[in-house]
Amino acid sequence: MSVRRLAPKEVQPESFAFTAENLAWAESTIAKYPAGRQASAVIPLLMRAQEQAGGWVSEPAMRYIGDMLGMAPIRVYEVATFYTQFQLQPVGTRAHIQVCGTTPCMLKGAGDLIKVCQRRIHADPFHLSENGEFSWEEVECAGTCTNAPMIQVFKDVYEDLTPEDLEKILDAFARGETPTPGPQNGRKSSEPVTGLRVLTSPELYDGSVVGTGAGLALAREAIAARANGATAAAAPAPAKPPVAEAVKAAGNADAEKPAKPVAPPPGGQAAGKTAD
Amino acid sequence: MAKIIVDDIEVEVPPEYTLLQACEAAGAEIPRFCFHERLSIAGNCRMCLVEVKGGPPKPQASCAMNVRDLRPGPNGEPPVVLTKSPMVKKAREGVMEFLLINHPLDCPICDQGGECDLQDQAMAYGVDTSRYAENKRAVEDKYIGPLIKTSMTRCIQCTRCVRFTTEVAGVAELGAIGRGEDMEITTYLEAAMSSELQGNVADLCPVGALTQRPYEFHARPWELVKTESVDVMDAVGSNIRVDTRGREVMRVLPRLNEEVNEEWISDKTRYIWDGLKTQRLDRPYVRVGGRLKQASWPEAFAAIAAKVKGVPGNRIGGLVGDLASVEEAFALKTLLGALGSANIDCRQDGVKLDPALGRATYVFNATIAGIEQADALLIIGSNPRLEASVMNARIRKRWLAGNFPIGLIGEHVDLTYPYDYLGAGSDTLLDLVGDGTFATTLKNAQRPLILIGQGALSRPDGAAILALAGRLAVSVGAVKEGWNGFSVLHTAASRVGALDIGAVPGEGGLDAVALTNPGGADVIFALGADEIDIAPGAFVVYLGTHGDRGAHRADVILPGAAYTEKSGTYVNTEGRVQITNRAGFPPGEAREDWAVLRALSDVLGKRLPFDTLGQLRAALYAAHPHLARLDHVEPADAAAVLALAGMGGSPERAPFRSAVSDFYLTNPITRASAVMAECSALARARLQAAAE
Repeated sequence: MSVRRLAPKEVQPESFAFTAENLAWAESTIAKYPAGRQASAVIPLLMRAQEQAGGWVSEPAMRYIGDMLGMAPIRVYEVATFYTQFQLQPVGTRAHIQVCGTTPCMLKGAGDLIKVCQRRIHADPFHLSENGEFSWEEVECAGTCTNAPMIQVFKDVYEDLTPEDLEKILDAFARGETPTPGPQNGRKSSEPVTGLRVLTSPELYDGSVVGTGAGLALAREAIAARANGATAAAAPAPAKPPVAEAVKAAGNADAEKPAKPVAPPPGGQAAGKTAD
Repeated sequence: MAKIIVDDIEVEVPPEYTLLQACEAAGAEIPRFCFHERLSIAGNCRMCLVEVKGGPPKPQASCAMNVRDLRPGPNGEPPVVLTKSPMVKKAREGVMEFLLINHPLDCPICDQGGECDLQDQAMAYGVDTSRYAENKRAVEDKYIGPLIKTSMTRCIQCTRCVRFTTEVAGVAELGAIGRGEDMEITTYLEAAMSSELQGNVADLCPVGALTQRPYEFHARPWELVKTESVDVMDAVGSNIRVDTRGREVMRVLPRLNEEVNEEWISDKTRYIWDGLKTQRLDRPYVRVGGRLKQASWPEAFAAIAAKVKGVPGNRIGGLVGDLASVEEAFALKTLLGALGSANIDCRQDGVKLDPALGRATYVFNATIAGIEQADALLIIGSNPRLEASVMNARIRKRWLAGNFPIGLIGEHVDLTYPYDYLGAGSDTLLDLVGDGTFATTLKNAQRPLILIGQGALSRPDGAAILALAGRLAVSVGAVKEGWNGFSVLHTAASRVGALDIGAVPGEGGLDAVALTNPGGADVIFALGADEIDIAPGAFVVYLGTHGDRGAHRADVILPGAAYTEKSGTYVNTEGRVQITNRAGFPPGEAREDWAVLRALSDVLGKRLPFDTLGQLRAALYAAHPHLARLDHVEPADAAAVLALAGMGGSPERAPFRSAVSDFYLTNPITRASAVMAECSALARARLQAAAE
């Protein structure tokens, strides 16, 4: 975090006003709050103003929203400078890249992503690229740590990135396209990168075990076995679902890495303890 | 009432008290930066940490926790607060260490040095070395106006200034932008503040981040001699402390008086002091051949005596200016009486107030503190924000407390609180006397307050307006047992005192307007009368302090003493008698005004019967006993208002204008002040920008 200042006067637009659609939305947002508490709507309104104005909040926009909510402009200014999601300087016209630099992403290579940004956009954050199309910044955790490293572009997140993926994303934005958001290595949301390990039996999904009490019987068996002091049977190896190529590659990469101390599977541990 | 034990002392306090207040009730001192009695609680400096038993097991900010938040012990013992335990000391030392991490070590060049809360408390809780090797934070200084200098690196983010401007001054101009260690205090786009009370933020600032710009690098607090006095810039009579070095006034600070100004003063009161040094009259002058020439006292007196000789008493007149103390007005009245003249007037603006109608018709009967008991307010022809800024803050305080309908007849201006705009002039007032929704509001109120400004009364039909206001006050029940809501707001510090001693035309005497009209009088003694034009023809003896309008018109100038240079009685708008004290001597050959009049009387052959200020006061108190009771409001007989209500008169339809159009330039001292001139120019520019 650093000192945040309004953009210089030359950059500020003459005036700001919501579009008809946004104005209607703003009025409905203000109406959500009790009379006399309209000022509570300042954050959503600033956010909408930022979206409308191409990703940043201008000084006229703050005054406009202050007038709309009956707040002194300094009060809006306080809010806009407090929350770092409000950009006070103009951002790239095509994309403003927010690279997460918090610990999980940092460990998974956010530094490389930042290097890409520095090379392709600008050496410093919050600066426009030469053609004004891009800008970047490092942000704190955006909440997709399982899919680290990630970037956020406006409302979309791009996860499981490699520097090459980021290059591709930047290329796509430069062409005027919007790349598909989400994990870029082919996995579905935040599923394990090595594939599912639990709830994998196909019969769980074909309806064949519904109502048969198979699960209950199994559980009873297991309890009885434990009571008898017998070692629990090792869990059957999960049937692997089809894995995307990229995931496979990642799994292979993991396998090739030097072995790290890995916690034994829960079943095995329980078995070991009972044996002792 | 709740019992609580503070450091082994059991006290009983109201449960809504904060722990800090409870500790103070028990005599324990709690250090604080952000907490202030008259502001909302922020709880962000953490300096007031205490240890509690019966609450969370960690150091608690005592300013932000109520006594009722604490649980009693298992056997019903009262909760315990420790303010001197090792845990408290360690916690406060930690807070202090954090505060000092980024606070610069520039005390030797800091204007707050010597009266700095941080400096003082570092003596108790600071450590002698720093464990912080990193760079300190530096913050850009902000421009927030010509009165307040900023050194924002010193700011400890207590936000007292933000809370003051928002809550008390009523203008949301200061704010805290950014967050964490990057939090900064600023105005929106670094515009100059517009409040008339902004100087108080420098007093509130516990460190040297906000200091007084005109006082910048002028003096150190320990070299100043402090004199308790009273302000004369408006009729509120704010209590002030005049700090002098040698005979120079270095600054003016507020003094606590709950009944009058609490602990605030207006910017005009505070930043006037450079005007006390410039444009001063430091020797007598006599007009010879159309030009003013320096003269000695005997020459000046001889010139006056030569002129007065042979002039009949009814061709001699006297004007009492807005800054004159009661003593000199009394001396002038006595002198004129001895010369056989009944032509004396203190009402330069021609206001239609008359002591003959009774004291209750010209004082602020409700009293300033009484505003807080009022439950409805009607303002007639006044802009209290400009005419009595500190009192306006009191009205705002009452409005903040809720259930306080306010109506206004007069100019539609920003008073820092909302009001019902009823109309512009006397016809609205007539309507209100008949009926009207706001009249009903006033009738339903238990203690309605009718505030009448000088703007409504200084017109030719002022007497009719006054009578009309009296009728309204009586009809809505503002005048009753235990409450008199009929309140006249004055703008001149001398006015109520002069009216009290009857400095108005006697039997067959001429008033200020008649005196100053062509052919009104042959000789006029103008006691600091600068707000009135005297027609050519009269021989004008001006006794005053500044080379202002009055001195330019004068034929003889006698240099007098300003309010910081004499002991003088002033009666404020509510009728409170207060006395200024001499903080320094008048410049050059200037003398105290009463002494000048006494010496002049000797030359004129009508020696005044007092040789010392004590004798003068004895005579004054014998004639007007209530003036002897200092800092006391003599309640005025409400019957006068009832009598006033019975009087008739037909008001004109012209709209009311406030008596003060330029807050910063209302008297000769302000007009001599460069600081006031700058503020005035800024205010005019703001007004122009708003008009566009």
